[in-house]
Amino acid sequence: MINIENLYKSYGDVHVLKGVDLNIKEKEVVVIIGPSGSGKSTLLRCMNYLEVPTKGKVTVDGILLDGEANINKVREEVGMVFQRFNLFPHMTVLENVMLAPMKVRKVSKEAAEKEARELLARVGVADKVDNYPTQLSGGQQQRVAIARALAMNPKVMLFDEPTSALDPEMVGEVLDVMRKLAKAGMTMVIVTHEMGFAREVGDRLLFVDEGRIIEQGEPKEVFENPQQDRTKLFLSKVL
Amino acid sequence: MDFNFQLVQDSFPLLLLGAGITIKITALSVAVGIIIGLFMGIARIARIRIFRILAAIYVDFFRGTPLLIQIFLVYFALPLMTGQRSDPYVAAISACGLNSGAYVAEIFRSGIQSIDKGQMEAGRSLGMTWVQTMRYIIIPQAFKRVIPQLGNEFIALLKDSSLVSVIGFEELTRRGQLIIAKTYASVEIWTCVAIIYLIMTLSISRFVAYLEWRFKTDDKH
Repeated sequence: MINIENLYKSYGDVHVLKGVDLNIKEKEVVVIIGPSGSGKSTLLRCMNYLEVPTKGKVTVDGILLDGEANINKVREEVGMVFQRFNLFPHMTVLENVMLAPMKVRKVSKEAAEKEARELLARVGVADKVDNYPTQLSGGQQQRVAIARALAMNPKVMLFDEPTSALDPEMVGEVLDVMRKLAKAGMTMVIVTHEMGFAREVGDRLLFVDEGRIIEQGEPKEVFENPQQDRTKLFLSKVL
Repeated sequence: MDFNFQLVQDSFPLLLLGAGITIKITALSVAVGIIIGLFMGIARIARIRIFRILAAIYVDFFRGTPLLIQIFLVYFALPLMTGQRSDPYVAAISACGLNSGAYVAEIFRSGIQSIDKGQMEAGRSLGMTWVQTMRYIIIPQAFKRVIPQLGNEFIALLKDSSLVSVIGFEELTRRGQLIIAKTYASVEIWTCVAIIYLIMTLSISRFVAYLEWRFKTDDKH
């Protein structure tokens, strides 16, 4: 589904990604962990070209990301959820979810609204559809953001630390929605600090440090029996 | 000296006619200014370099030269270059509109840049184009945010429109001058003119305050 070859990303002299190869299969749930500044978010953001690679190839669903036309095509199929939600504050919850299907997929208003209401019910915010984002709690906002991404019917969902900006008591409700999504067979790439969740939901765990994938494997395996010293050191600090 | 109230009363209808023309020029120039300003403001931050350069030249020129000179250029110099006589109305509105557009462009530019960059990323990651994201997400938010500055700009424009009296345009200031030329009652007439300007600018600032309040209650409780 996503194929990354020899990916490099630098900002001037700062080398964030130093040669990443990664192949993500359909329906796979890949969890990326690593210390802050390790390049894990940058790696995720290269998958929909929010960051333009300095070198290397990113292919999504058979489409090589290079020109503007390709990028928009791919982004229609790749949903993204941000740490800070990034809901549109001037629109109601319902309008937030309806906008992209109407403008990009040219879905009729009625169809978009029906779909949006269903999705918002699925993520448990059916009673908030006419509110503005600022009237919602962080957990509710993030669930709306997930519904907004799902409204485009994506083939892949990217999550960039989706629970890091939430109060602790709201983390669970967002993870619940993501868990259901994984069970339903969505291909997912998740950057997170929630180790318990990574272990439970992930098919594969990647440990990223200093711009490289240091270690990867079945989450339980990596957590219980890390092979690399850096992985051991990191896990000893966070577990 | 005596303040001649009778004279004020007699001249008032004529001054109001002038005020009507002032409002008309201002309103049309505001419309021109907003449209030019919006596109120039966006061009100032466009990814295509030539757009940025052209917009910067436009803004620099119209902010960096006096409106009075711009009016002269449009009304007197342009006809000499093109061989076509300038209509005073068109000249007045083009000069004021182009001038205002430069200030409005800077207002929009800063408004757009003040919107969190996560908004653009969210729009783009949903598959919307840059133009769609600008139109549906960034500009509506930026617009609300810059309402107070736009209000200030339009108050300034209303006052500056008095400069078009130099090309013989019979707006409020020019009417005042003409009445004084006949009556020599400068105290009465200029006081009266000032008060009419004040009423108009206060109305704009009240209206802007209302708009600000309206849009605030829309999305923030």
